[in-house]
Amino acid sequence: MGRKLLLDKAHIENIRYYDVYRANGGYESAEKALKMTPELVLDEVKKSGLRGRGGAGFPTGMKWSFIAKPEGVPRYLVCNADESEPGTFKDRYLMEFLPHLLIEGLLISSYTLGANSCYIYIRGEYAWIPDILEEAIADAKKNGWLGKNIQGTGFDLEIYVQRGAGAYICGEETALIESLEGKRGNPRIKPPFPAIKGLWDCPTVVNNVETLAAIVPILRIGGEEYAKYGTGKSTGTKLISACGNINKPGVYEIEMNISVEEFIYSEEYCGGIANGKRLKACIPGGSSVPIVPANLLLKTAKGETRMMTYESLSDGGFATGTMMGSGGFIVLDEDQCIVKNTLTFARFYHHESCGQCSPCREGTGWMERVLKNIEKGKGKMSDIDLLWDIQRKIEGNTICPLGDAAAWPVAAAIRHFRDEFEWHVLNPEESQVRNFGLAHYADPLEIAAPAAV
Amino acid sequence: MAEEKKLFKVKIDGIPVEVEPGTTILNAARQIGGDIVPPAMCYYSKLQGSGGKCRTCLVKVSKGSEADPRPMPKLVASCRTTVMDGMEVANITSPEVLDARKGVVEFLLLNHPLDCPVCDQAGECSLQDLGYEHGADGTRYEFKRRTFEKIDIGDKIQLHMTRCILCYRCVYTADQLTEKREHGILGRGEVSEISTYIHKSLDNEFIGNVIDVCPVGALTDKTFRFKNRVWFLKPVDAHRDCDKCCGKTVLWLRGDEVFRVTARKDKYGEVEAFICDTCRFDKKETKDWIVEGPRKIDRHSVISQGQYVGVVKPHDALPDVLEGRQPKLLMNIHSISQVNRPEIDLSKIEGPAHSDDFKN
Amino acid sequence: MFSEAKLNKVKEIIARYPQGKQKSALLPVLHLAQEEFGGWLSAETMDYVASLLQITPIEVYEVATFYSMFNMKPVGKYVFEVCHTGPCMLRGSDNIVDYIKKKLDINVGETTKDGLFTLKTVECLGACGYAPMMQLGKHFREHLTPERVDEIINECRVNAN
Ligand SMILES: Cc1cc2nc3c(=O)[nH]c(=O)nc-3n(C[C@H](O)[C@H](O)[C@H](O)COP(=O)(O)O)c2cc1C
Ligand code: SF4
Ligand code: SF4
Ligand code: FES
Ligand code: FES
Repeated sequence: MGRKLLLDKAHIENIRYYDVYRANGGYESAEKALKMTPELVLDEVKKSGLRGRGGAGFPTGMKWSFIAKPEGVPRYLVCNADESEPGTFKDRYLMEFLPHLLIEGLLISSYTLGANSCYIYIRGEYAWIPDILEEAIADAKKNGWLGKNIQGTGFDLEIYVQRGAGAYICGEETALIESLEGKRGNPRIKPPFPAIKGLWDCPTVVNNVETLAAIVPILRIGGEEYAKYGTGKSTGTKLISACGNINKPGVYEIEMNISVEEFIYSEEYCGGIANGKRLKACIPGGSSVPIVPANLLLKTAKGETRMMTYESLSDGGFATGTMMGSGGFIVLDEDQCIVKNTLTFARFYHHESCGQCSPCREGTGWMERVLKNIEKGKGKMSDIDLLWDIQRKIEGNTICPLGDAAAWPVAAAIRHFRDEFEWHVLNPEESQVRNFGLAHYADPLEIAAPAAV
Repeated sequence: MAEEKKLFKVKIDGIPVEVEPGTTILNAARQIGGDIVPPAMCYYSKLQGSGGKCRTCLVKVSKGSEADPRPMPKLVASCRTTVMDGMEVANITSPEVLDARKGVVEFLLLNHPLDCPVCDQAGECSLQDLGYEHGADGTRYEFKRRTFEKIDIGDKIQLHMTRCILCYRCVYTADQLTEKREHGILGRGEVSEISTYIHKSLDNEFIGNVIDVCPVGALTDKTFRFKNRVWFLKPVDAHRDCDKCCGKTVLWLRGDEVFRVTARKDKYGEVEAFICDTCRFDKKETKDWIVEGPRKIDRHSVISQGQYVGVVKPHDALPDVLEGRQPKLLMNIHSISQVNRPEIDLSKIEGPAHSDDFKN
Repeated sequence: MFSEAKLNKVKEIIARYPQGKQKSALLPVLHLAQEEFGGWLSAETMDYVASLLQITPIEVYEVATFYSMFNMKPVGKYVFEVCHTGPCMLRGSDNIVDYIKKKLDINVGETTKDGLFTLKTVECLGACGYAPMMQLGKHFREHLTPERVDEIINECRVNAN
């Protein structure tokens, strides 16, 4: 059994309630932190090597140290619970089953940052979770962990839950801030960064739910000890939400030292591919990260075992690697159509583009339409190159990374599965009644894999 | 204090310039002037918060600053990126920039109706200019373009949303120049649109300025009589005593008739000063005005051809105006326009082309 | 108009933000309004919300039309929002959509004649591991099969009476 830091107590009955959580060592990290100076807590977080779990993987300690501290201006901590990247459903698990773990993390983090108000921005569709969180917040307050003069330290904190209303883009931190201000979720043009000018133009830190929850074990065992979990710069544990064609979809906590193969095939985690099928491809970090065929998933282009770490997953760059992203692990079996899957992602990003900047606003819809033609057997060979060109002209040219997120899945699908796209074009009728199948996508690679495009 | 401000040394396409700290790359380029100025479709120096959206002004920062010479990893929007001391920027000398810009232009034109033959803005449209300069020959878009009904927002302004490029300029204008904004951006993504939601007229003493800031023909002046092609009109600078605005305008004349009144625009298409709606909409007699003299138009746009003597067919003059380059859009307009009436020969139309000429 | 209790709720929401930042309450208050006034936001409802928060109506329209959970038109009493993004598609969401279409004799985006059911397809709802799934009101219905769908439809019919 892999070591756990976040879900170690998830099996305890009623752990979602204050008394049970407290009786099982809950709020002890907060007790410890409140006796330290904020600087010392920050040191522990820096030592832990914790990297943001929201997708970008930016070191949390460093991010916190950037927050501006002008005299007399309030600072804010915002918890990003917008969780909308297809394949990702881990934050939901934490909030539903371990709300106090999150609240404790928010308390320690707010104390460290000197924030007296903290907002949890949760996606609107998780409509029942605010009730769970608000109940937990009320209980924590009743027990002196929130409100005024917390545990006699003189530190005040209020936590509020704000519901979004259906917009993936509000997961982008500046769009989230706009939305929290009661506006359209249009990402801001940076700089200025939120650490200088965020919520209501005050210094603000936005962190993912899992990142903030991970602060609790860091304080419990110490930053140095936390850094001993995992591999290299991928310290600690990571929640992976596994879905698609596997036997046991669900949320797993892994120590970042296991191989992708073990994660997919072991009974402890995904339990192998469903219905005895073979593995065709995988998108290991949420819909926006590059899809890779089976042969590049389990081994890197250099022939090394691919591990569930930030570094190993991205080994080979976009040519042969992918990314850890948000940990939304999507598995495709041999019966799945890459074109169709790519189409649903393109449709998703088209649907979610805020429409502020022209490459994303116009390009995402265009990609969806071209992909739809190919998928329906109405595509032309030149459409594949057209798609490549459209994604290329979106990537890197937009205000926020949603443009990239829309471009990457299309690029990677064409890069690795061009045969399958061509087959759709050349066999318009057949492609409507059967799938391309596994083809050569699981064949062992002999040499360093080429980038097809 | 008369302390001398330190100026930042910047190079754009190899041309050095010294600017004040806080200047954007775009404005530094404008200080140099000429071909190296990036095109700007959404930025408007007089509107706070504008810019960053259209992405036509993308440039490459090949050297970040003297202190940190690393290049920036991505192209940046020059209108919203401030210069650093020692920064080096590539605009037209960077193939990467030109390629990206071509992409942006294609995106901007993707859903554009290309109905230039019937558009009031033709001849003074930033998108048209941009298309000539950077566009591809045809469109690779094979799908139905999105269309909207044109609507009157009040009796003075017409909104032709299909042409809008969502630059947000009119929204900022209403926010910053009027007491209460009544129109805005509705919807999301590709289907977002400028609208009032429930039909409302825009009524405010300065709202007419949205017509001048609109870079395309999405917001037009309904009082512009006879919908004349601008290049048949003679622009003159004029002024009057106005208690609401500076009263300095351009009158667009044919003979002695005032066809419309606009603010004075500089070579980047920005107004020199905003004008009030009384000057714009209600003063349509030459006797209302003191004419200063002909307006010099130094934009290299198609509008300038109106100043050529003896022009009969608008498109004949285009290659001249474009310094010998062939215009790409107008020539093919029939094949790609939604106003697809190839049987209509523009040159056969008596006088200026009128939208009625294209009605089915 | 909101009831006294709802108005107090609005006040409580506004109190979460610093003075003068009451516009931040817009999303929560629109949610309340949609629940309260028939499951959608009419122009009158939005104007009312604008007056409550002392902002201009266009600010409300801009926001309401941006977010997909706000209905700008009336919908059926029960809205089946079936997810059809990649992970759900991989687990057969298309079949579920087809099944509901046949069973209720409506297309995606339509409402049954009795005004009871509306079928929508939506993008990923964060339940990819429990696919196929749909949102029904406040809750998710996961691991859908034709049998589960039948049960849900029956349940709604019973509750409606
Ligand atoms: C389009 C887009 C969507 C995003 N969605 C989320 C999200 O749902 N949840 C999240 O935590 N971060 C999301 N992010 C990342 C956030 O912008 C931000 O980096 C993150 O909340 C920082 O937290 P971390 O440092 O703890 O990872 C998204 C980013 C982009 C560009
Ligand atoms: S990239 Fe897309 S989502 Fe991001 S600001 Fe531009 S249009 Fe909006
Ligand atoms: S109507 Fe004109 S000014 Fe307004 S957003 Fe559209 S293009 Fe810009
Ligand atoms: S002018 Fe700079 S992005 Fe539009
Ligand atoms: S893809 Fe359906 S819930 Fe995520």
